[in-house]
Amino acid sequence: MPAKADQATEIAPGVHWIGALDPNLRSFDIILKTANGTTYNAYAVRGSEGVAIIDTVKACFADDFFRKLESVARYDEIRVIVLNHLEPDHTGALPELLRRAPQARLYISTRAKQMLKGLLHGDSLAFTPVTTGDSVSLGDRTLHFLNTPFLHWPDTQCTWLADAGILFSGDVFGCHFCDARLFNDAVGDFRFSFDYYYAHLMRPFRDRVLQALELIDALPVSLIAPAHGPILRDRPQHYVRRYRDLSISTLKNEAGDVKTLLVFYLSAYGNTRVMAEAVAAGAEEVGSAGSIRVSLFDLEVGEVSPFVDLIEEADGLVLGSPTINGDAVKPVWDLLSSLTAVGLRGKLGAAFGSYGWSGEAVGMIEDRLRGLKLRVPVKGVRAKLIPTEIELEACRALGRELALHLTGQAEERIIDMAALA
Amino acid sequence: MPKANVTFADVSVTVSVPAGTRLIEISEKVGAGILYGCREGDCCTCLTKIVSGYEHLATPSVLEDQVLKDNLAPRHHRLACQAQVLGGNVVVKPA
Repeated sequence: MPAKADQATEIAPGVHWIGALDPNLRSFDIILKTANGTTYNAYAVRGSEGVAIIDTVKACFADDFFRKLESVARYDEIRVIVLNHLEPDHTGALPELLRRAPQARLYISTRAKQMLKGLLHGDSLAFTPVTTGDSVSLGDRTLHFLNTPFLHWPDTQCTWLADAGILFSGDVFGCHFCDARLFNDAVGDFRFSFDYYYAHLMRPFRDRVLQALELIDALPVSLIAPAHGPILRDRPQHYVRRYRDLSISTLKNEAGDVKTLLVFYLSAYGNTRVMAEAVAAGAEEVGSAGSIRVSLFDLEVGEVSPFVDLIEEADGLVLGSPTINGDAVKPVWDLLSSLTAVGLRGKLGAAFGSYGWSGEAVGMIEDRLRGLKLRVPVKGVRAKLIPTEIELEACRALGRELALHLTGQAEERIIDMAALA
Repeated sequence: MPKANVTFADVSVTVSVPAGTRLIEISEKVGAGILYGCREGDCCTCLTKIVSGYEHLATPSVLEDQVLKDNLAPRHHRLACQAQVLGGNVVVKPA
């Protein structure tokens, strides 16, 4: 039965969905396409000593939220407001809810404090910071908190209602899929939306996802109530397993413990290409004992998506680009702008390239690599037009130095700060 | 001027710096993997593990201490945008 606009929908005894449907949304947070809209899920949990509200909705849907809330609870009954995540699509109705239920206490993760300040701009915000192991009683039932940071923001947490086996998961296990039938066994086919949502929001943090799943695996979950998309009452464990599957490498790394270095290049006249070959050759000199696997790719004729998969699994990334009109060439930026979809922290990065006039590309790429959380310990190599033998040797040295860093053999450098100016 | 040595373990670089230098002033220049967000001690993105020499850093301010607590920072971790090196040998790496 479809959800009614002015009525809450019971999802378990004493637990109601009081969210909002947004079927006309076609783009979420700029980065996500939403082919049939989304939902903003909020919930009311009734205990013997009061009511808890878990999350709210986007501000423009506040009226829907309050109508549904009023169908199952009075404002003076609300003792607890839990925010599993403080982005505006979940906190848009919070200021008005606090005005209508001033006695309610806010429960947020420890890392959410700064976000709360940014949202409410109050000097004396009353809230209780919580983490794994903390709980709040509603009399005959208790809400337990799970600290699950970076799924997909630093502040994210889940809330567990043990007596009903309900996990209020925030954005985890959510998706942008709007269907008024609400439940996963009643709505249309949302598998694509589920995977798409994971790929764009959770994949960069897959190590954190696996840590969170360790907490969730220990729970006898009978229903997952996410903050977006269908409520997962039929085989909820299937979605937990799906997250585990999606968090495992897209590509099986056949190199095993061998370190992997990817060299990408673009080359109009073959100059940056010979530099790329020299970088790869230098790295392979160090890796002759089989400790490193070097791969060389022409970025001009490759698809971005499989390269992103490769980079996600690699230990090091070197980019070679000519400088055209004072910039690196577009395919480099296309690749680099796609890398926020994967975790890069701690990988090794470097740049090189031939240029005709000014040669800014190498420095620009290095800055972007640093911005993407890579280590960039070796200064890149630039060559004016056709690289000389000395410049090609510098490329080989760059490759060797990167390989030494990757294999933990880099010699420690000692420098004075003045030399860094 | 008193000097200190700061080693960025993830890139195997040691930098000799004047006392009072903040980690943020050098880590990016040597290509270390410490990442910065707000750069003003609020977001905790630059959380850094002090592998050794913790005692050679200036004591955290009240605000830095609160941010470290709010973010459940483990022992001997500091914000690289705030931590000042006072002397001796300090070894750091990204948290």
